[in-house]
Amino acid sequence: MATEIGLAQGIDLQRSTVALLTELGVPLVVAQVLWMLLPMVAIVLVATVGALVCTWLERKISAAAQQRIGPEYAGPFGLVIPIADVAKLLVKGNLVPASADPLLFSLAPAIVFISVFLCYLVVPFGQNLLISNLGTGIFFIIAVSSIAPIGLLMAGYASNNKYSLLGGLRAAAQSISYEIPLALAALAVAMMSNGLDTVQIVHQQEGLGLLTWNVWRQPVGFVIFLIAALAECERMPFDLPEAEEELVAGYQTEYAGANFMLFYGGSYANLFLAGLLVSVMYLGGWSLPVPIEAIGQALRIAPTEPLWQVVAALLGITMMLLKTFAFIFFAILLRWTVPRVRIDQLLDLGWKFLLPIGLANLLVTAALKLAFPGAFGG
Amino acid sequence: MLMAANLGEQLAGLGSLSLAEGTQVGVLVILAALVTASAMGVVLLTNIVYSAFLLGFTFLGIAGMYLLLNADFVAAAQVLIYVGAVNVLILFAIMLVNKRQEYKPLKLGNLRNAIAGLVCLGLFGLLLVTVTTVPWNVTTRIAPLPSSTVAIAQHFFTDYLLPFELASVLLLVALVGAIVLARREFVPDTLPLGYPDEEALELVERPVLPASPRREG
Repeated sequence: MATEIGLAQGIDLQRSTVALLTELGVPLVVAQVLWMLLPMVAIVLVATVGALVCTWLERKISAAAQQRIGPEYAGPFGLVIPIADVAKLLVKGNLVPASADPLLFSLAPAIVFISVFLCYLVVPFGQNLLISNLGTGIFFIIAVSSIAPIGLLMAGYASNNKYSLLGGLRAAAQSISYEIPLALAALAVAMMSNGLDTVQIVHQQEGLGLLTWNVWRQPVGFVIFLIAALAECERMPFDLPEAEEELVAGYQTEYAGANFMLFYGGSYANLFLAGLLVSVMYLGGWSLPVPIEAIGQALRIAPTEPLWQVVAALLGITMMLLKTFAFIFFAILLRWTVPRVRIDQLLDLGWKFLLPIGLANLLVTAALKLAFPGAFGG
Repeated sequence: MLMAANLGEQLAGLGSLSLAEGTQVGVLVILAALVTASAMGVVLLTNIVYSAFLLGFTFLGIAGMYLLLNADFVAAAQVLIYVGAVNVLILFAIMLVNKRQEYKPLKLGNLRNAIAGLVCLGLFGLLLVTVTTVPWNVTTRIAPLPSSTVAIAQHFFTDYLLPFELASVLLLVALVGAIVLARREFVPDTLPLGYPDEEALELVERPVLPASPRREG
């Protein structure tokens, strides 16, 4: 649960909710159990809505890139389209091919989906606005997201289709090769903030607002992380596992209905997660371009004022989402700008280019940290 | 005996346990069942792909055990290395050489199984005796560390420095070995005499193999 890292800064929803419930006559244990359910439901909702918004943005931005209008009639600006999508996929038949392995076939999408959604446990939207402030924050995300390739291999194998098997093998090869540069870039950031947990990483960037964001101190790491995150999400320059001209739809070929929705939603939830991670690690997380304390002082508001705390938390969430959607916009625009790479080019880029550069970046960061402890988080 | 008595006490006091402790005991039972069942599946199932997938569940269950012991960093490392790397590699190897061949039943298969089962039961009995006779220093609560990452790092660079460095040398040796195995020397094909000296349109290089079949130009 949201641990209090001293400072009583921001809002502590846990304590106030439990206090409210116990005042209403609910026993303490029951109140704690109720509290545990609340953020879990909230985070599943956030991830789902994020993924849905991503699908809408994908359609609209793709349309704009091709000088079309895109979805228009379903609600204002076609905003209801994602809901129509979900309704359609839910009522469609959940087909399992006759020669497929039924158990593994149904288990695979669930494994991919769960591994993506578990990562949201440690993504902070504010000082205390996260489910669990694990000491191993970033490492936890890298570890849990490494389970997904097993689900992809399982889907490829269970479909009993050569396109699916090839797609699954490609997906697994891609995600294990790009995990290493991703982890090295994250390690350089963790080294600067003296810890792996996500809240600490944001705090270390808060000092002077825009000027102290990690993107200035880790430009190489930022680029490596962007490329590796796109590859992990199987986005356009790297969407080999589902390259439609070669592999029909890769490991998703045989899937229909709700099982397909799990893959589809999982991939957009993964994109949203990548955006959140980019904003947490390099773009200052929930912090504003101007430090929030400075704004408070300029407006002569005490930081303990409850209303101001609510406003600050809302501003933080807005900033976080703005940065995340900037990344998603970039990813979608890239999809219509660059051609797909070949599988050997993809693996060459990962192992022979990004990996050495990531190692060098780590070394340089360590040296700079020793040389300028003030600027690089000594 | 002591362990069993302790477990009995814990089970007897289950009704009066607080929420957190009750959850921990429940989770421990579930994880133990998961690890045991999936490990048995790995050994007993004949389909090697199922075995490989079940191995992943075993590793995940062990990671859960580490989590119960407040070793969150070790749990994450377990998931990353064993599930994310080792198990994926095993699956990869199986799927790339997927021959779908039926296993021929071995001679005296039942006798072999019976002997293997006896040996396993003997080992289990031995472990059971060890577990129940050794006076374990059982603590009911494990004090959570402020940060297990920092604690592990301190141990690595003070009293466990030599094993740590030795392990890194071992990994380096394994890395060099893997590269030597993967990187065979490539030489261009020698063209037969009198053949027009032009660029081959096919693969120019191929690994040196003993008595490699000469491809017709």
